[in-house]
Order: sequence, then C-alpha cells, then structure tokens
Amino acid sequence: MNKLNQLTIKQAKDGLKEKKFSSVELTQACLDEIERVDKTINAFITVTKDYALTKAKEADQLLAQGAIKPLLGIPIAFKDLYLTRGIRTTAASRVLKDYIPQYSSTVVEKIENAGAVIIGKTNSDAWAHGSSGENSDFGSTKNPWNIHKIPGGSSSGSATAVSASCSPAAMGTDTGGSIRLPASFTNTVGLKPTYGRVSRYGVVAMASSLDTMGHFTKTVEDSALLLSVTAGKDKQDATSLDVPVPDYANELIKNRIVTIGLAKEYFSEGINEEIKSSLEQAVNKLKSKGFEIKEIGLPHTKAALAAYYIIVFSEVSSNLSRYDGIRYGNDRSYFGDEAKRRIMLGTYSLSAGYYDAYYLKASKVQTLVKQDFENAFKQVDVLIGPVSPTLPFNLGEKVNDPLSMYLSDVLTVPINLAGVPSLSVPCGFSDNNLPIGFQIIGPQLSEGLLFSIGHKYQSLTDFHTKTANI
Amino acid sequence: MKTYEPIIGMEIHVELKTRSKMFCSCSADWFGKKPNTHTCPVCLGLPGALPVPNKIAIEWSIKLGLALNCKIPSFSKFDRKNYFYPDLPKGYQISQYDQPFAINGNLKKVGIRRVHLEEDTGKLIHQGDSTLIDFNRSGVPLVEIVTEPDIHSSEDAKAFLQELHRIIRYLDISDADMEKGSMRLEPNISVGTGEVPDYKVEVKNINSFNFVKKAIDYEIARHKEILEKGQVPVQETRGWDEKKAITYSQRLKEKAHDYRYFPEPDIPPLIFKEKEIKRAKDQLPKLPGDKRRELKELGLKDDDIEIIIDDIATLNFFEQALNVVRLSGNREISAQEIANWLVNKKINIDKQNPKDLIMAIIAKKQNSQISSDIVSKAIDKVISANQKAIDDYNGGKTGVIMFLVGQVMGATKGKGDAQEIRKLLEKKLTYG
Repeated sequence: MNKLNQLTIKQAKDGLKEKKFSSVELTQACLDEIERVDKTINAFITVTKDYALTKAKEADQLLAQGAIKPLLGIPIAFKDLYLTRGIRTTAASRVLKDYIPQYSSTVVEKIENAGAVIIGKTNSDAWAHGSSGENSDFGSTKNPWNIHKIPGGSSSGSATAVSASCSPAAMGTDTGGSIRLPASFTNTVGLKPTYGRVSRYGVVAMASSLDTMGHFTKTVEDSALLLSVTAGKDKQDATSLDVPVPDYANELIKNRIVTIGLAKEYFSEGINEEIKSSLEQAVNKLKSKGFEIKEIGLPHTKAALAAYYIIVFSEVSSNLSRYDGIRYGNDRSYFGDEAKRRIMLGTYSLSAGYYDAYYLKASKVQTLVKQDFENAFKQVDVLIGPVSPTLPFNLGEKVNDPLSMYLSDVLTVPINLAGVPSLSVPCGFSDNNLPIGFQIIGPQLSEGLLFSIGHKYQSLTDFHTKTANI
Repeated sequence: MKTYEPIIGMEIHVELKTRSKMFCSCSADWFGKKPNTHTCPVCLGLPGALPVPNKIAIEWSIKLGLALNCKIPSFSKFDRKNYFYPDLPKGYQISQYDQPFAINGNLKKVGIRRVHLEEDTGKLIHQGDSTLIDFNRSGVPLVEIVTEPDIHSSEDAKAFLQELHRIIRYLDISDADMEKGSMRLEPNISVGTGEVPDYKVEVKNINSFNFVKKAIDYEIARHKEILEKGQVPVQETRGWDEKKAITYSQRLKEKAHDYRYFPEPDIPPLIFKEKEIKRAKDQLPKLPGDKRRELKELGLKDDDIEIIIDDIATLNFFEQALNVVRLSGNREISAQEIANWLVNKKINIDKQNPKDLIMAIIAKKQNSQISSDIVSKAIDKVISANQKAIDDYNGGKTGVIMFLVGQVMGATKGKGDAQEIRKLLEKKLTYG
C-alpha cells in the first residue's frame, strides 16, 4: 500500500472509514512530506500545521461518532488567492504579505463544512499572473519531476503539492489555463469548471469575467468527488449559475461512448512532437473502446490569445486598484513587474480613444470564439486537445520574454473565453520523463461527461499512478 | 447690448431608502450611526468580495424613471467607473454608463436624459492633520437623474427640483432630505450669447432649493460680467458658500475625465420584459400631477392646491379629512374649508388626526353661530342706546362708526371681530 500522504481522496476516505488510520495520522503524513520536500519545491507559502492538526482531531472525533461527510478528515491545500479567515492570504504578492482576512471564501467554507482539513496555502504567480509560477514574490515553485523545470502556472504550488504527495487535493484558479497547464506539467488531474459553476466569492480576483475555481487531484474520480462539494449557486456571487449540482461520482461511472472532436488548429505546427504523439495514442486508446473521432475546426483560435490578454489586462487594471496603499499596509510600489505591466496595458486599453480598438474588439472576438465552440458542439460531444504546446520549460527560460510566456496559454485561453469546462488528464511522459497531459473540453455544464470520459481513460492507463522521486 | 440666455441642466443624486445597501446585505440606514459599523467585505471592497445587486433598488429606479415619463430599455447593465479617491474602497464605483435603466423622459417641460443607479461612496472625516474614513455610507444605493440643459432661469430650476422632490416623496423611495445629503443638487450653468456656449460650470454642495436658486443667479451674473469683458468663463467645478451666498472655485475640470468605463464583469446584464415594465407602470402611485387635477376638480384654489400637494403628509391628511366628512354624510363642510384650515396651519398634522380637524371645524361653526347671535343683539342694543351718534352718522360724520364699534365690542366682551362688526353696523345703519 502507498504511504498515507500518497493516497487519493477515495483511498483515504475508505481507510478512515475502515479505521485503518486516523485523520491525524493522515494529516501528519502530509505535513511530514511537506517538511521533507518543500525546501526543494517551494509549493507552500503558509503551512497551517497547528490548525490542520486541530481540525484533524475534530474530524477523528466525528468519525468515531460515525459522522458522514464527503471530505471528513481529508487534508486539502488552497492556492493563496482563496481567502481563509484568520489565516494569512497573500495572493503570492508582497502587497498582501501580511494580510489576514476577516472572512473565508465560499469554496473554503464549503470544503471545511464537508469536513476537510486545511493543510496550507500554496504558492503561485503573484495575483495569478503567469504561466510558470516564476512571478511569485515568494520564490519560484519547482517541478517535482525535474526541479530545474517550471511546474507551470499560475497555480504552481497547488499542482506541485498534489504531484509531490504533500496533499491529496488542492484548489487552484483557472483564468486562462492556470490549472490545466500546471496539471499537465506535473502529472496531476486538473479541472477548470464551467464559468459560474463554482462560486468566486472570497477569491482574490484576476479577471472577473474569466476566473474559474477548480482543483487538482491525483485521479478523475477524486476530481468528481471534489466538484460535488464546491459546485453550486452562491447568493454572494451574482455570476454563479443557478443549476442543480448532479452527483458527479454517479456521473463518473456512466459508460458514455460519445463522439470526440479533434480541432485541427490544436494540432498545428508549433506543437511539440512528443506531445502530439502522446495525444494520438490517447485518442487511439479511446477509439479502440468505441469512441468516434471526428476532425473539426475552431477557426478563431489564433485571435483568441490576443483577445484574452486584452480582456485580462483591462480587468486586472481595475481589480488591482483597490490595493491603493491606504489599506493592507503596503503601497503600489510593492507590485511586481508582471502586475505593473498588466495594470499599465489594461489602463491603456480601457482609455478613451483606445477602448473601441482594444477592449471592445476583444469582446467581439470573444463572441466569435464562443460561437466556434457552440458550432463544434453541434457536431461532436467533446473535444480533445493538448494543454500546452511545449513540455515544461527551464526555470528562467522565459522570464525576460513575456510574450513567449503568454504563448504558453495559446491552447487553454479559448476555453476560458468560451466559458466551457475542461479537464486536464495525464497521458504520458516525454523521453526525458516530463509529464504530458491532454484536455477534454465539453459544452457548458458538461463536467459529468468529462469525468466519465476521463475516468474511462484512467481505467485503461496508469500514467496517473506514477509519482515523482524527490 | 447683447442678450444673454442662461442654459441650465441639473444632476441630482438621490439616496434610496432601501433596507439594505446596493450590493450587500448591510443596513443602508447609515446616517448618524457609529462609524464603520454598517460594513462588510463587499462595501469595504475587501479582496475577493463580490457585488450582488439589490433588486428593490433596481425596481425603485425604474419606478422613478417611469414617473419621469422615461423609456425603460429592455437591456441594461452596470459598469465600472474607475478613479482613485480614499472614500472609494474598490478604486472604482459601480455605476451605469451607456445603458442606464431609464432614458428620454421629461418633467415640467425639462427633458430627462437618463436615470441610473450607482453606489454611494464612504465619507471622509477630516480631523486636524489626519483624515478618517467612515464606510457606513459606502454602497448605499444612489440614483442619479440627469436633465437636458432645458432650463433657462433660476425660478424654473427651483420649480423643477421641487416637483422632482415631490415625485420622489410620493414614490416613497427616498427621504430626499437635503440636510442629510440624501438628495444632492448640482446645477450645470452656462450663459449663451446667441450661440451654444462651449463651457459649463458645475456647482456642488448645495443643500436647499433656495440656495440652488441663489447659486444659479450668482453664477449667471458672474458669467455675464465675464462675457461682457469679451472673455469666456472657465470650465470648472465650484462650491456654494451659503454664509457668504457666493460660489467659489473648487477644481478646474478637464474637458473629459477618463473614467475608463467598462462593463462590470461581476454582475450579469439585466433584461426586462415588456410585461414587467408595463406592470411597474400600472403600479405607480398617484403623482403630484394627478393630485393637482383631483383637487382642482374638488374646486380648491390653485394656491391652496400647491400647498397641500407639496407635502405628501399634508395631502394624506387632507384626503383622510375629506373622507371623514364623506363618511359622516355632513354636507356643510366643503373641501375648500378643510383646505383653509390646513393651509392656515390651524391644526398640527403631526399631533392630531383628520377626525380632530373635522370636529374642530364643526365646533368652530357652532361657536361662530352663537357669537354672531350675541353680536347682532349687542348691535341692536348699541343702536337704540346711542341715538346721538346715529344721527351724526346719518348726518355724514361717518367717523363716528368707530365709536359704535367700540361700544359693541365692549358689550360682547371682545367676542367678535372688529372688521366684521363694522360691516354689520354699516349695513344695519344704511339699510335698517
């Protein structure tokens, strides 16, 4: 059997139920692993050791009383953008380096109410601005599969915490790929839910119209379990969708053989050959199980990246103006280069005389990208594509070249513009043993279908069971 | 000499008296409360907090729009107005830019350009060298009404504002109390000399209709003086100093401040069905204009109508009193009589009820019946006891009438009105 910290949520739940171990033991195993590896990988900004052990003890008492809660006694980490009452929340920025929130985000509350144990707050690009994790004001996170490589961002610490078995699950945020990209780079499962499926209340905003609250797990099964807890209408988030939440664990095991679309734009030149061939194998595996494969087009893919960044910068420039130096202790000189870059570009694109050429035009492109997906889903049930055009790159490789860093998101941002869900699933390794993932993209609120396909795929493969050696 | 035409537009901010704030569930009843006690993550603009629009505030804004004869577009949205000020915790105000709730209305021949909804800011309190911030007011729903520059005199501006104030009170959507700042008036003034002037001056901090009138008059005179010299007044924002009764320069206004408006991503756009708008229109209460017509039909004098409808409490009192009369079947008390009593403030409507008023009118009628009997008896007595004076009067010494009035007054121990007695005496002496 795996060490306790290496268990999936499902395995840990079973073990707790059968009293093979306690939540305190499980939590301690995770804390020990953090202690052992975090010096190397820098996944955590804050480890909530005492709080976690107190909560684990409470969970054990409830377990002893026979209480049943979906995540009772299960450790979980949160990207440091999720506000946690009484626990420092920095957004990985020096601006908030001493900020202790007075309230918790809705997702934190839901997860805690489900019995989970908060083990710590994870590192990320400051304000979730980045694709590598290197924009953190708390140091870069390292990829557990090769510590000279970036783990992908912006949810670098959450991906790494799960990948390095410091926590069975971690919450992240995905505005343009910030969950899927690091998931594919760290051999974890990453879910970007439908926009509005999970409440954004109490999570530091990056680009409000695109931010989604998703998570990292070791398996698709765990991902389904976690979404059942986090999803749902929140009366404190006007953009959250008022649609009943299905039991995703039940959706997961439905055997749905559907038509899979492959967008030719996602397999064009510029995509790493090893990634392409891993994807082909994955697609063939599904084909052999009866899935129909069809090539389709997403003609506005090329314009999506530019439109995405204009919308993001514009919203960022507004969202960061509340950190005005009057409150939170630190003034605006504490912003890092990337935040300053985004504030300036966003301010520019919203300015009188430029608004029409930038923001308004980007909104129109967004509509076209949405239509691309709507048309695609008239022909196929889901799409499968690569998550990243490249393998994890070297630390420092792109830090001085923001544009090439932005290009890392070329295959993930269209999904955010369309507002649809996407699940990143491990599908192989490169010759030098770096993880590769693919994404399954579905129409609005089709998470259940994505889980059933992802789960089917994981029942046929064992990539997700491989762990890094650190 | 040139002719000058004042061109005046108004911007009016009205705080709605909803129970909760515009985007959170904090109490909107902020006035006079301990600082920063009516706050939460949303109205403090804390990281991660999100606005959820107050449905009642939206309904009320639409009601106001309808009452001002506006068109209610089926699609509306909120926008962010980005600017820095310490009383604005998010660094932007949630407002409405190009698609407000109500457009193209009119009131008293003044075009209403738009009615939109936004959030109020916090309040800065300056103490010595430091400035404190009270966020109790932050996020209180604020309606902004913008008129076309259709007003051409300070009198018309005042009359327009008074009618608007009445409408707001009739709709019961705000205290519209200028002392508390729940209704804020900002005239934009320019003076034209035939062509459209290319400047305007905005005056802020005015807290009464009379001051608006004075401020406008002051500005018109000031602009004329500048224009006389062949110069153009500076485009700027000015404050009103009520003690000195003058305006003073506050800040020069850039031609267009760049607020970098963009659609508020945290709030989905609002779609209104025609049916909903129609229902809102049907449910509008009677407005001052309706009441003016009704009272006219009752035969009231115009001046009295204006006094009664000016204040909804007085109007309600009047209508209830009228109802008491109708229910009692008493045909001797007319609507005008009730109006007279109210207009002459012979009754305190805060302390007495309409029934009291009717009782008082009836009692007064009976009393005056009694006293007129006494007076007419006294007149008869005085006439028969003062033959000499009567002869003098008939002989042309009409001044003696005052002596006779005095006698009657003495005999009635001061009951009765000297003027009235004089009339009665003259009548009696002339016609017998």
